[in-house]
Amino acid sequence: MAHFTKQTLALAAIGATVLLAGTGCELRQAMYDQPKLRPMKASEFFEDGKASRLPVEGTVARGHLQDDPHLFDGRIDGQFADSFPFEITDEVMKRGQQRYNIFCAPCHDAAGTGNGMIVRRGFKQPTSFHDQRLVDSPEGYYYNVIRNGFGVMMDYSAQIPVKDRWAIIAYIRALQYGQRASLADVPEQFRADLEAVR
Amino acid sequence: MAQVFHPAANIIARLSIVVGLGGLVGTLVLFDALQKSDYVTEVNMPREQIVPFSHKHHAALGLDCRYCHTSVEDGAFAGIPPTKTCMNCHSLIWNEAPILEPVRESWRTGTSLEWNRVHDLPEFVYFDHSVHLNAGIGCTDCHGRVDEMPLVWKEKTLYMTFCLECHRQPEKFVRPRDQVFNMAYEKPANQLEVGAELVRVHNINTSNHRLLDCYKCHR
Repeated sequence: MAHFTKQTLALAAIGATVLLAGTGCELRQAMYDQPKLRPMKASEFFEDGKASRLPVEGTVARGHLQDDPHLFDGRIDGQFADSFPFEITDEVMKRGQQRYNIFCAPCHDAAGTGNGMIVRRGFKQPTSFHDQRLVDSPEGYYYNVIRNGFGVMMDYSAQIPVKDRWAIIAYIRALQYGQRASLADVPEQFRADLEAVR
Repeated sequence: MAQVFHPAANIIARLSIVVGLGGLVGTLVLFDALQKSDYVTEVNMPREQIVPFSHKHHAALGLDCRYCHTSVEDGAFAGIPPTKTCMNCHSLIWNEAPILEPVRESWRTGTSLEWNRVHDLPEFVYFDHSVHLNAGIGCTDCHGRVDEMPLVWKEKTLYMTFCLECHRQPEKFVRPRDQVFNMAYEKPANQLEVGAELVRVHNINTSNHRLLDCYKCHR
């Protein structure tokens, strides 16, 4: 009889340990996965299953009032703007170069001739930025292509914020000048650098 | 009355003490090893996904991390790209591949692709990508060589002890800001010197061990 009691005790002890460990894990898990909603989580509360809500149509967030048609639409008096809405500084140009290489170069390639990696893999080839039609196109035209897309190119409005779009256009202009410029156009102190590359 | 215990019972009694204690310690050691094992931490375990998206392939094409993870520099969350980002290219490339049917279905119906999260921090931890990038912490410091992963796996446990390694001595890890997205970046031999200078330049305030304050991550 005593033997039986011992066994029961041992079993009970093991059972209790497992139970405790189990609740411990469960509690810890409850802290790991809290009912609060983080970005891009799923939620059963809303019909579309998404936790994140879109703002009500017509909502304007602070600082996002698009009251400057030149900056936000690339247009002046309804026509494509042929100038930049803010000064293109060295900093803006470098930002444009970086953003161009991230978002545009996959198709347009680093020099803007339209032979990027995605094109070489079968995407429709875009017109070269050095094509006369595009060289003559106003800045606002480029802005509208980035924002609204063109042909098979989808719009990049979600991926590229407004100021970056203009920075990219500035860099495209630099690429275009680069293809047409001669050594004489380069300030004297930089000529040696160019010769070295050649 | 006959003796209840045989003389051999002495040995059994002594042995049971040793075995009992050993068993207890053994169980604890085993439990600890299990907690740190890849099985529990999910380190080195590629995660199945609804579409077998290969970071390795897309990075080899020359796509920058930021082409898809657009908010990584400005926001807490790096951002999982919307289906539209896939369709930027896959409207024309591999546009009949059966493997991409879930992407096309998502595009047609407007329903989200449900990706399995690989790096899932506990929700009592506050983490902000932009702060870390601006401080000079590279993608690979936490995510490993994602550009060499077909299906993504966790390279680090992301346990608190992992975070503290750097919060104790950021100079051991910090790199120049323009190297943050360089997947092949290797620390210089004199990292501690370079790092200490970068910590200063990047305005990382380590006075009073403030990077170790509880509220830094638990708020």
